[in-house]
Formats: sequence, C-alpha cells, structure tokens
Amino acid sequence: MISYTWHFEVIWQYSRLFLAGTGVTIGLTIAVVILGLLIGLVAGLMQLARSPVLRWVSWAYIEMFRLTPLLVLLLWFYYALPMLTGIKIDALSASVITLSLYGGSFYAEVIRGGIVSIESGQTEAGLALGMTPARVMRRIVLPQAIKRMIPPLMNQSIIQFKNTSLVSVLAVPDLLYQGQVVAMDTYRALEVYTAIAAIYFVVLLPLTVIVKMAERRLAQSN
Amino acid sequence: MDNCKIEISALRKSFGALAVLRDINLKVEAGSVVALIGPSGSGKSTLLRCINLLVLPEGGRIRVGDDAFSFDGNAKLSSTREQARFRSNTGMVFQHFNLFPHMTVVQNVMEGPLSVKRMPKAKAEAVARKLLDKVGLSDKGDVYPNKLSGGQKQRVAIARALAMEPAVMLFDEVTSALDPELVGEVLNVIRDLAADGMTMIIVTHEIGFAREVADRVLFMRDGVIVEEGPAREVIDHPKEETTRVFLSHFHNRG
Repeated sequence: MISYTWHFEVIWQYSRLFLAGTGVTIGLTIAVVILGLLIGLVAGLMQLARSPVLRWVSWAYIEMFRLTPLLVLLLWFYYALPMLTGIKIDALSASVITLSLYGGSFYAEVIRGGIVSIESGQTEAGLALGMTPARVMRRIVLPQAIKRMIPPLMNQSIIQFKNTSLVSVLAVPDLLYQGQVVAMDTYRALEVYTAIAAIYFVVLLPLTVIVKMAERRLAQSN
Repeated sequence: MDNCKIEISALRKSFGALAVLRDINLKVEAGSVVALIGPSGSGKSTLLRCINLLVLPEGGRIRVGDDAFSFDGNAKLSSTREQARFRSNTGMVFQHFNLFPHMTVVQNVMEGPLSVKRMPKAKAEAVARKLLDKVGLSDKGDVYPNKLSGGQKQRVAIARALAMEPAVMLFDEVTSALDPELVGEVLNVIRDLAADGMTMIIVTHEIGFAREVADRVLFMRDGVIVEEGPAREVIDHPKEETTRVFLSHFHNRG
C-alpha cells in the first residue's frame, strides 16, 4: 500500500464512460424524485382521508416499502414480478418503478406530517368562507405545509440520489456500473472507486448547502 | 315569524358520552343581535359552530336565510359541496383570528370572493379594500398578518368574513385572545355592524358589551339555554339562580 503509485489518468481515459454514468445517475434521480413525490403526495393525502379503506391501503403501501431493503425490492421487481405476472420489464423500468415507490413511501410520511402540522384553525377559516375541503387543501393548507416540507423532502431526495447506485446490480449503466466496467478493464479499482465517491460527493455538496439555507430561512420566517 | 334569519329547532350534539347541546331552540330576527353567554363548557361555542356546520349536529334543524339543513342520527349528510355553499352564507370570526399567514391582508380578504364566488380579481380587490377601509385598516392592505397587532388581526378577520356578504355573522369569543387595550377597537367594529343592521350571534365574555349591543341575551349552561330575554333584562335582573351566580362574577366589570 505504501509504495502504491496512483494512476488517476485512467479516469481521464475513460472520462466519457464516467460522464455517461453520471448523466444516467442524475437523470434517474430526477425521474424517481418527481415520480416519488407524486406517489408520496397521493399516499400522504390518502393517510388523511376520511375513508378507512384509503387510509389502510396507503398505510400498507408505506410500511411495505419503508420496511423492506431497497436492494431486495429491486431484485424482486426485476426478477420476481415478471414470474408472477408474466410481464417482462427491462432493468431501467424496474429501477424507476422500484425507486419511485420506495422514495414515495418516505415522501408520504413527510407530506402527511407537513399537512397535519398546519393548525386546524386554518382549515376552519377556509371552510367557514365556503370553500370545499379540496380547495382549502390547495389554497390554504398545502401552500403553508409545503414550506415546512421542503427541507425534509430535499434530504430524502439526497438519499434517493445515493440510492440510485443500487441499480448497478441490474446492469443499468449508472455511474457505479460504469465504474465497475472501468475497474475491471484497468485493474485500477482504488482510483476508480475513489473517483466515483468523489463525484457523488461533489454533486451532492451544493444540494446540502441549499437545504441548510432553506432550513435557516424557514426558522427565521417562523 | 317570517322575519327570522336564523331558526334552530331541537338541535342535539354530543361528543362521545358527553351531551354538549340538548334540544336547543333559537330564533334570531333579521337585523337583530343575540349574545350567547355562559361558563366555558356550556356549549355556546359548539352551538355557534353548528350554525355554520363546522360541527355537525346529530339531530334537529338549522335554517339560515333560505337555506335549511336537517340532521338525524344516521342519515349520511349532504355532500361537502352543499355544506360549503351553506357556510358561504354565514360569516364566522374566530377567537384566534385564523388569518392566512401566507397571504397579505388584502389577499386574505379577497380569498372568499375569489375562490368561492369566482369574482374577477380586480373586483375582489376593490371589495376587499373597501372593507379594510370600513374596519379602519386601509393602510395595512399590503402587509402580512404577522406584522399586525391582535386587534388589527381580528379586524382583518371580520373584513374577510364580510367579504362574502353573508346573511349573518357569527362571533366566537373574538376578544378573548386580545390584550385588554385592544378589545375596544374590535368591539367598535362589531358595534358599527350592529348599527348597519347586520344579523349577528355573538359568543362573548364581555357582559357589558353584550348588554349594550345585543337585543337579546341567551344564558347557556350544560348544553341548554337556561334563560333568555331582552339583554338589559337578563343581565340586570336575571330570573334564574344559575344566571345570577354566573353574572355575579362580572359585576365589578359591567
């Protein structure tokens, strides 16, 4: 180890692969964050529904995904689900579906928590004006709740960004998968995996700074 | 009694085993002011909240203007849309103001006309500015509620309720959360409304104010109306012992 000579130039030689991998990772994150937020919003609102059936369905979904390892879920959706349904899905679709559902279960809890944190007097004031409950939610409660949800939602999205690295087991060509290809090609695992860790870090660093700033602004406005 | 704006008959409500309202009957004539007084837990706030369906009664009937709702134990109540329409006809002002903190003062007042009546923005703003002028806050339209004093917040809340042009106004202990020196400015606005002929029900602990502004006073205890009559009569010469005991706590303040 002491006499190890670093050869980071291999990273440059394979820079196109790293770039392509980073692109896939970022694109995948954007897709699963957006889809996850939509799923989370629906599941979070269902948690607050009057119908016990809706509440139970969303509870079952949330706990099922929150309490199962993501790696197990990925393998299940890619290998087991097609056996069950007879419908074959490609690795990328399986990844997007699994990560979105997995992220959605965490987003749902954040969204539900944000909504119930708004004082009931706000809802009453909206209802008293003659607004329907749906309109009260859209005009009065959600705009206030979203402000409180943003920091935890961003934290969850940062975790989702890192979670995407697991799709490499399904041979989706993300950053980690491309890195593995390069490492096997060059026998330069140390340089390659160090570079990969650094890329994840560099992409996420500005995001964490934004979250910190958002949390500070929120603390002030309260 | 064709002249009644509010008519309540045989109204019942309980929370679990606790009967909060037992067989309440009440009529409020158009243009008159009724004050509801009584100890806390007597059911007066619940009664007020039943009138605009924020609390759904278990039995009885409520009519506000031309709109009536009947309730019976198990029948599924009307749609949320119908309830919303019913509520738009009553203005409610709350103890804790409940202004929308993410909107400016004028946006708070515009919200009802905009989002319930679908009024064009310019018209809604004109209505809102006029009402803010009426409650003495024409210079505060563009600030956010957190910049206002409690008395100013409550006056905005009154303007917000008035913007819907409700048939009746309901006031739920609207001065209870205010510093003493801010109570007067809110009561003045209510006094002006009474002079304008607004039909109102006021839940209050301001006995002196009730005596002065209300036409009739209802004393409630344990979910029933114990005594009712012309304001001065009930407050100055209560017939029932419980009313007398309750009012004796206020004598030095009247």
